[in-house]
Amino acid sequence: MCLGVPGRIVEIADAEKKLGLVEIAGVRRLTNLACVAADADAVRASLGGWVLVHVGFAMSRIDEEEAQRTLGLLQEMGEVMELQEQLAAGDEARRGAGVAGGGLAAPPPMMGMPDGGE
Amino acid sequence: MKFVDEFRDPKLGKQLLQGIARLAAEIDRPLKLMEVCGGHTHAIFRFGLEALMPDNVDLVHGPGCPVCVLPVGRVDDAVAIAEHPNVVFATYGDAMRVPGSKKSLLGAKAEGCDIRTVYSPVDALAIAQAEPDKEVVFFGLGFETTTPSTALTVKQAAALGVTNFSVFSNHITIVPTLKALLDSAGENIDGFVGPGHVSMVIGLQPYEFVTRDYRKPIVVSGFEPLDVLQAIHMVLTQIAAGEAKVENQYTRVVREGGNPMALQALLEVFELRSYFEWRGLGTINHSGLQLREPYAAFDAEKRFAVPQLSVADPKACQCGEVLKGALKPWECKVFGTACTPETPIGSCMVSSEGACAAYYNYGRLSVLKSKPEAKAATRPAPRPSDEQPEAAE
Ligand code: SF4
Repeated sequence: MCLGVPGRIVEIADAEKKLGLVEIAGVRRLTNLACVAADADAVRASLGGWVLVHVGFAMSRIDEEEAQRTLGLLQEMGEVMELQEQLAAGDEARRGAGVAGGGLAAPPPMMGMPDGGE
Repeated sequence: MKFVDEFRDPKLGKQLLQGIARLAAEIDRPLKLMEVCGGHTHAIFRFGLEALMPDNVDLVHGPGCPVCVLPVGRVDDAVAIAEHPNVVFATYGDAMRVPGSKKSLLGAKAEGCDIRTVYSPVDALAIAQAEPDKEVVFFGLGFETTTPSTALTVKQAAALGVTNFSVFSNHITIVPTLKALLDSAGENIDGFVGPGHVSMVIGLQPYEFVTRDYRKPIVVSGFEPLDVLQAIHMVLTQIAAGEAKVENQYTRVVREGGNPMALQALLEVFELRSYFEWRGLGTINHSGLQLREPYAAFDAEKRFAVPQLSVADPKACQCGEVLKGALKPWECKVFGTACTPETPIGSCMVSSEGACAAYYNYGRLSVLKSKPEAKAATRPAPRPSDEQPEAAE
């Protein structure tokens, strides 16, 4: 009952009563819009918008731009990490070359790898 | 599905997991992160995120599942109301199997009580309108996420002049709960994944005390796997930097100030009770909500005689320890043997958002048990000032 689902307002059923049809994964459900639209005009204007629905009530508008920003951030973070990995791989390769000539090199400082223990 | 599929991208998930592993290695001590909300517990198990955590990161599942914290006495009260002749007792399906001292609602239904599951409080109101000679009682359950819906339904009933509808309110509120948890088990917890849908109603400000008074990071999170992973990443980033801030990962849904319209409806209809009992956690002051005086006619507790007894949890039940994150579900002696989703002893086994049911249904126990930290982390993180050897191990 606590799991909210995103849906799109596809029809205004009764602007005065703040009721709309929200399509959730292909199913249309009569949904109360009183928490996302202050008056009848706001209800009419909400047509086409995305909302998060809980127990028959739209509880929040979903901000598409913010959704994109979050995904964008994740994407960027991924790219930075890939770059870091490439750099680290480069370091590793160089170190490997050094070690080959000089026997066992001391482990690089600060590289406390997770060893599974405490 | 839009706003769902994008947040399940495996490639981005893998990258986040690498970032989490790196931060965990950098912090290099056992960490316990608690997700307060049952919706997160559900997501974590559904997508198997727990098994993907680094060895020193332990996810503990908090008390944020309203069905799981429903005490035996309140279930008995619900059954007592449902047993009144002429009553239609309307409830969310999740609450049907929660054990009372003698029976659950499901048991009462089998004995002939008119108990119906509804998807929304307005469905209960519709039953009242369609069957005016019946008394319809709605079982009001949930945190601030569902309370505004109940409040608006009560207002609607008042406006329509419906007199055969009332609410048995077991609505609860998040802040006193978090506070009680931090006071009793806070030492064990390094940071929080904050409830997304409660926060879309109440906003971010109410969590300030977590960072100010307890110095724990809290990141409000969405419910898709990438949301949860990103929130964990954000919590770890704060820990690594020695910070404790309230942050919002779920910006597409949660606004800084919450939802003023929903809050207004909630505050108009409901007020705090002086205390409320929780399963396994005892009573927590100012944690429950009741209907305000102008809406007293819609208060089922005023309309029907309810026993209102406080009933002890069954002896075998260790739900309280599980809800506080002190015990892993499988460490409960009756887990999976006497206590299963079919025959639950404790309430954490009932709802799909409960930690025990999640472990039971989504299993992967062999993987989790083999994690060294899964056992070790039930001990508090080592601190110079700590002396107590914990009983749990
Ligand atoms: S296994 Fe059952 S009794 Fe034990 S903590 Fe979980 S729900 Fe409670």
